[in-house]
Amino acid sequence: MNDRPSWFNVTSLVLGFSFLYLPIVLLVVYSFNASRLVTVWGGFSTQWYVSLIHNQGILDAAWVTIRVALISATCATILGTLAAVALVRYGRFHGRTLFSGMVYAPLVMPEVITGLSLLLLFVAVGFDRGFWTVVLAHITLSMCFVAVVVQSRLVTFDRSLEEAALDLGCPPGKTFLKITLPLIAPAVVAGWMLAFTLSLDDLVIASFTTGPGATTLPMKIYSQVRLGVTPEINAVCTILIGIVATGVIIASIATKRREVERARAERLAAAAP
Amino acid sequence: MAADKAIGPIRRSFAPWNDPKARPFIEFRNVTKRFGDFTAVDHLSLGIYEREFFALLGPSGCGKTTLMRMIAGFEEPTEGHVLLDGQDLVGVPPYRRPTNMMFQSYALFPHMSVWDNIAFGLKQDKMPKPEIAARVEEMLALVKLGPFARRKPHQLSGGQKQRVALARSLAKKPKVLLLDEPLGALDKKLREETQFELTDLQMKLGMTFIIVTHDQEEAMTVADRIAVMDHGKIVQVATPAEIYELPNSRYVADFIGDINLIEGRLAPAAGNGARLECAGTGATVETSQPVEAAPGSEAWFAIRPEKVTIGLEPPADPTKNALKGTVWDIGYLGDVSIYHVRLATGATVKATIANRTRLVERPITWEDEVWLSWSRDGGVVLTR
Repeated sequence: MNDRPSWFNVTSLVLGFSFLYLPIVLLVVYSFNASRLVTVWGGFSTQWYVSLIHNQGILDAAWVTIRVALISATCATILGTLAAVALVRYGRFHGRTLFSGMVYAPLVMPEVITGLSLLLLFVAVGFDRGFWTVVLAHITLSMCFVAVVVQSRLVTFDRSLEEAALDLGCPPGKTFLKITLPLIAPAVVAGWMLAFTLSLDDLVIASFTTGPGATTLPMKIYSQVRLGVTPEINAVCTILIGIVATGVIIASIATKRREVERARAERLAAAAP
Repeated sequence: MAADKAIGPIRRSFAPWNDPKARPFIEFRNVTKRFGDFTAVDHLSLGIYEREFFALLGPSGCGKTTLMRMIAGFEEPTEGHVLLDGQDLVGVPPYRRPTNMMFQSYALFPHMSVWDNIAFGLKQDKMPKPEIAARVEEMLALVKLGPFARRKPHQLSGGQKQRVALARSLAKKPKVLLLDEPLGALDKKLREETQFELTDLQMKLGMTFIIVTHDQEEAMTVADRIAVMDHGKIVQVATPAEIYELPNSRYVADFIGDINLIEGRLAPAAGNGARLECAGTGATVETSQPVEAAPGSEAWFAIRPEKVTIGLEPPADPTKNALKGTVWDIGYLGDVSIYHVRLATGATVKATIANRTRLVERPITWEDEVWLSWSRDGGVVLTR
């Protein structure tokens, strides 16, 4: 192996990363633009962040979005985890194939169709559209993602741990809470975070299922952009990127640190008699 | 030391299976277990007595683990009954059975410390806290893990994990302890040490231990009685010495230790014992152990390599309990040498010679013509 990367590798790396991050970098840079024109650099300023604080419309939309994301992510995590447990644990029950297919369908279903069918359902049963219909729609969308994440963890789970708990006198329900759940917790948390972000950035399904008074942030941004991009939007997006990036960085540092600690403990234990 | 001396007589006189009045503590009554088309356990009946150290021995897939899991309650029999102390266990969930199991993978709860792992079962019984603490300390002392109480399982070595698993399964003082290949993951030296620790522990605690293993040496070392299994059936149940010296079939003889099998036909016995005409050699074998089969039927003479004497001179009566052959190969193992002797029929017979002096020059060497002989008590005639 050559230590120095070849020009080909360097070029493909640069091209790949610019393709991924150039638009985002541009957006972040222009959010600090003093000029009102989006494409003309007028010097550094934080004025758009200040004006954002006074924009009640955007603040309201952000609050709706966060509440929708929190509630839907939590419900989707509970439902998705239960679905994953049923699929992995209870073997070949009647209709298992059908059930697993149905849990995963929303993964590949075009969002437009999911949104439209939910809209038709809400209209048919006479459910007033608004905050709760968006929440329900987001649970439908994200629970299958949670199920996939939790299922992959459960497949590698050592069943004899649960059997050991049963053997020691712990009934099945308590065994799930005391043994299974703590051990699949990382996957459940990852599922929750995935569900939260899915809900946070969903535009299509929210547009179909929302009603008066329940405008989410993506919907607000989209409607404003149609009237022309303002640097204020850039500022909102920069804040969102900041929040997501911080979450990802903290999560990866925590994982890395745990791995290092575990490897060290295992080395020490192996050296012991 | 006084306690160690007391164990000998108890061990020697412990044989409830020979006592017609003794009632088995665990009983399988005509138990069958099927998984789909596969029959794991096939119309099996077996009694295990209180305070017995019982081994289920067999190759993988013979049904020994299924049998143990039926005692623990993780499997229910398809047919038949499993009784513990006279009570039918069928339908009783695992968390209500007075048995505990030590798992092959140890199954230590990775998110709990050693202390909490051992206390887990006691907490399920709603035992008062001071009693739990006392019992956990007692168990930690028993397996010599006191200083490791606060560690998590991933901070322990393999041998330490094994002892935590043992302490956890003993903490509730179960009536029956089930051990599923408990020493499989340990290296050879540690395994041998632990085997003797297990027998000591079982004597000290006075519990019934049932061990599942595929390692015949392990079963021989620890168990009072061994059940050799094959294809969901028990082939023989007996003490280690009986299994080794008086196997009831070629399967058992071949599974336990090394054995020579010589094919032949039964001849009318002279007095007590059995007589076999060996095929192709013209030699006759006489044993002191009688067989229940008609003269003329097919049978095998089974003899362990260490019971065969090898010599250059023919024995006094070369027509009885003797065979002639050529040394084909010699395996030198340090403590013993194994001679592979090829007979005129092409079959090979193994004879083990203990090396009592330093072997610089062998009295018997490759391609020598030798005589193999043995006493009437050396081998057995098997009819299946």
